[in-house]
Amino acid sequence: MSSPAVVQVENLSRYYQNHPAIKNLSFNLNAGEVLGFLGPNGAGKSTTMQILTGNLAPSEGQVTINGFDIIDSPRDAKQQMGYLPEHPPVYREASVDEYLRYCAQLRCINKQSINKAIDDSKMQCGLSDVGQRLIGNLSKGYQQRVGIAQAIIHNPPVVILDEPTVGLDPIQMRDIRSLIKTLGQEHSVILSTHILSEVQATCDRVQIIQQGELIYHSSIEALNLSQTQSISIGLNQPPPIEHLKQLNQVTHVEAIDSNRFKLFFDGQSPAQAIVQQSVQQQWELYELIPDQQSLEDLFIELTQDQKVNETPVDAEHAEV
Amino acid sequence: MILTIAKREISTLFLSPLAWIILAVIQVLLGYMFLAQLDNFFLLQPQLSQLDNVPGVTDIVIAPLFSLAAIILLMIMPLITMRSFAEEKRNKTLTLLVSSPVSMTEIVLGKFLGIFFFVLILVSLLMLMPLSLFIGTAIDVGKLLSIYISMLLLLSSFAAIGLYLSSLTENQTIAAVGTFGALLMLWIMDWIGEALPDSQGVISYLSLLQHHQAMLEGVFNTADVAYYLIFISFFLVLTIRQLDRERLL
Repeated sequence: MSSPAVVQVENLSRYYQNHPAIKNLSFNLNAGEVLGFLGPNGAGKSTTMQILTGNLAPSEGQVTINGFDIIDSPRDAKQQMGYLPEHPPVYREASVDEYLRYCAQLRCINKQSINKAIDDSKMQCGLSDVGQRLIGNLSKGYQQRVGIAQAIIHNPPVVILDEPTVGLDPIQMRDIRSLIKTLGQEHSVILSTHILSEVQATCDRVQIIQQGELIYHSSIEALNLSQTQSISIGLNQPPPIEHLKQLNQVTHVEAIDSNRFKLFFDGQSPAQAIVQQSVQQQWELYELIPDQQSLEDLFIELTQDQKVNETPVDAEHAEV
Repeated sequence: MILTIAKREISTLFLSPLAWIILAVIQVLLGYMFLAQLDNFFLLQPQLSQLDNVPGVTDIVIAPLFSLAAIILLMIMPLITMRSFAEEKRNKTLTLLVSSPVSMTEIVLGKFLGIFFFVLILVSLLMLMPLSLFIGTAIDVGKLLSIYISMLLLLSSFAAIGLYLSSLTENQTIAAVGTFGALLMLWIMDWIGEALPDSQGVISYLSLLQHHQAMLEGVFNTADVAYYLIFISFFLVLTIRQLDRERLL
């Protein structure tokens, strides 16, 4: 990791009464990175975010934002970040401009640059046309954008977004995601979600949390490479399954039905060989789909494993 | 920073019709009482002129008016303070303040100051009534000032308790009822003190309105002022502690 870490989390634990919400969590966020924080409901995502932003006190451990400890120097640490909680913290009776002005004042932006800061964040979030409208009258998607605008108004190095696309329609979701991508160019972003495609679409790195513990973390690229790959083919005149196994690189073949097969392979894709063989031996290839091994499979695999391996604790039902 | 929060608080108050209605209702009620007291004074005037060393118009008209105002406002202040933290908690907007670079102390002081501005407006409007008497007669300005300060201190004390109870709950109604109960309790402590002669005035000394009464009569005692200031600080500190504690739960 060459770039310096802007957020450092060390051995963070948090208990609600005796029930641990997060256990011994450690991770870093590097400058200019979008980190996806993934986990099923009640895994401890929001708790972690609340601790990072000083809304909850950790039971154990340390959080450092850009060099400032969140417990020892909360004012400096909070100045370094913007936070969009699960429910956007907007005043329904205020107009977008009034609200953003208030936020800017709270973040100690000086008088001369306040108007520019408001205009910039409105433009980034696509709010330029609704400045005069009351927040209560805006749609959920726009309220969400106001929440994001609030988080980036003081141009903080770190932006923390807690489930920013929950409850939005698909178009709004797409807009918010592209907004997050652009945010990632100037800020370091931590994004929590339980929507997997969102992480794949927006994040550089992903970590999966389950029952308060970090069970997986990796960069998205490494994730895409590391997995066993497969390809699905459909043949009108399929050869015996052994023939398919003898193709280059193929390690294992599964028959989906009498005409369709799933070929697992290592390294180079055997697609070319399949097409050639199909023509030579008249297998009549009519379908060839490289399988996208998704984060979803990994996620389910990892979270399911946990459930099987560990005796279920009541933490499972705690937040249901 | 405190001022920013205070400004937000007062503008939220005046954005809803509640503040306006409260101001109007109090003005109408006390306006009527003021007239009734004046009528009373005119009835008494012939007899008073016969006597030596009689109480003036300040004592007969103004002091009772503000004694009554205190009791009416005891019922109304909870409505002003109930929303300050409870509403922010319910709408999850408190997160905005907590995750901004401001301390809990600044948040609480800002909220308190916002409500204090409202109190200032309210009492100043009420003061217009006795001031109108200047047209026809001479008024004891010293006493009037004592009454003004006393009203401000008393209502700020109401506000401090109200803020504390509002920080305890997400529900505005519970905050209002709780504040009302606490204020009522502090009022009737006066009677309890009288009913228990053994307490030697300790219990009635704690009553909010006793100190108010003394200042209404023009006795401006630092002990009374200190009582109010300690009372206000005590509940503001409790509020700060309560909000800090919520992060630990």
